[in-house]
Amino acid sequence: MLRSRIRLAAVVAAVALVVAGCGGGGDDPPGGSPASPGEIKVFAAASLTAAFTELGEQFTTASGGTKVTFNFAGSQALATQVQQGAPADVFASADLTNMAKVKDLAGTPRNFASNLLQIVVEKGNPKGVTGLGDLASSDLKVVLAAPEVPAGRYAAEVLSGAGVDVTPVSQEDNVKAVVTKVSLGEADAGIAYVTDVTAGGDKVEGVEIPENQNVLATYPIATVKASKAKDRAQAFMDLVLSAEGQQILRRYGFLPPPTT
Amino acid sequence: MTRSRVPGLLAVPAALAVAFLAVPLAGLLWRAPWGSLGADLTSPRVLEALRLSLVCSLGAVAVSAALGVPLAFLLARVQFRGRNLVRALTTLPMVLPPVVGGVALLLAFGRRGLAGQWLDRAFGITLPFTTTGAILAEAFVAMPFLVITVEAGLRAMDRRFEDAAATLGAGRWTTLRRVTLPLIAPSLGAGLALCWARALGEFGATITFAGNLPGVTQTMPLAVYLALETDLEAAIALSLILLAISLAVLVALRDRWFPSA
Repeated sequence: MLRSRIRLAAVVAAVALVVAGCGGGGDDPPGGSPASPGEIKVFAAASLTAAFTELGEQFTTASGGTKVTFNFAGSQALATQVQQGAPADVFASADLTNMAKVKDLAGTPRNFASNLLQIVVEKGNPKGVTGLGDLASSDLKVVLAAPEVPAGRYAAEVLSGAGVDVTPVSQEDNVKAVVTKVSLGEADAGIAYVTDVTAGGDKVEGVEIPENQNVLATYPIATVKASKAKDRAQAFMDLVLSAEGQQILRRYGFLPPPTT
Repeated sequence: MTRSRVPGLLAVPAALAVAFLAVPLAGLLWRAPWGSLGADLTSPRVLEALRLSLVCSLGAVAVSAALGVPLAFLLARVQFRGRNLVRALTTLPMVLPPVVGGVALLLAFGRRGLAGQWLDRAFGITLPFTTTGAILAEAFVAMPFLVITVEAGLRAMDRRFEDAAATLGAGRWTTLRRVTLPLIAPSLGAGLALCWARALGEFGATITFAGNLPGVTQTMPLAVYLALETDLEAAIALSLILLAISLAVLVALRDRWFPSA
């Protein structure tokens, strides 16, 4: 009987171990079922969070109640999820590379926006960051997005183009986390999209990166071939590309897609 | 052998349960890049994550043992007001989503956190983005496993041995060292193993609090998660190591959990 209590405790601990272990990846593909009637699932780059949330509300109103469920994460995570058969109807990526990864699984992509990078610092810029060159300083804690993440790859391009060697203290798994670490005061500076700095609210501000050192991030959108709601998926994509959709994107700081 | 009185129909959901738990593991083995496994496992990225995982998880076990074992003694042996509250607080990280734990750690030990701002001002110590931070994140999540296992062992132990030692003139420390600790050694061992396994698998609190940088805070689970997005083979190879370690812990503890009786 004494041993059985120890055993019970060990079993409880083991169960909790397994349960807790499941708490890991927050970006698992949601659900497993295809979109039910009157609903679409949109997988979109983390940097689109605010703009697409408003577009989704617009779509719901305009379509007479179609529910839009978003899965916002790093584009590389979303591309993997689409490849593994996650139930997406629309995929919007922050770069062409991750869209190309799913080209056999998606319809023809259209570019719908572009974005520039900015240095994000705490409100008031306490460390006096004026440009990319300052980020090399060893007493500045710099966070970047991981090299797998579009924003991380763009940031690496910008830094190497400017000949600046930065040792980040962390490589975050999506661009929003970069802004979060700066707004919490844990990091002194980071590199994110202009739109993320705007969306970061009153705890952060941006330091511009001159045009000749900057990189233009292109955002493509496509419907997913396996979608069970192709018409609605296409309608959402049309809204994003429409004058109305473009106006919303502009308001959140996105630029028009490059004209090539 | 007496005839079982369990309804035969239970075998169907039971078999489903086994399949449900076993098939994902089979999937991992099925997709494993066996041909290139050697190369995948010895790539610098994997070795780096493996080394860091060992350092962090063993560090977390050390922190948990140093603080958690005394706590288990207090909870098991000393009556004090609020003991149940303390026990509930201690076990909270077991059921708390690890990401929430990570956010809580940031707000407590971050550079602007409750205790962290003081650490920064007084000693210039900042924990986020450091290996020490990763160790703390793992200890936060793993320590309860050690505490409750050791506490259960202490409660289940026959205290007459301690009484006898005291009667024979042994002081408190001598009794603790020569009688109590040897008697609870199995619980202590099981607690340490569980604590270590949980620390090794920690993801949410670590990436939230300590960030993600290869060689500094990118432990195996973080490496698996990021590799999954670019290099599936490496992710599977890393997953296999974690699976093998988990299995080894289970096998080592089998007599405690699955007594053959």
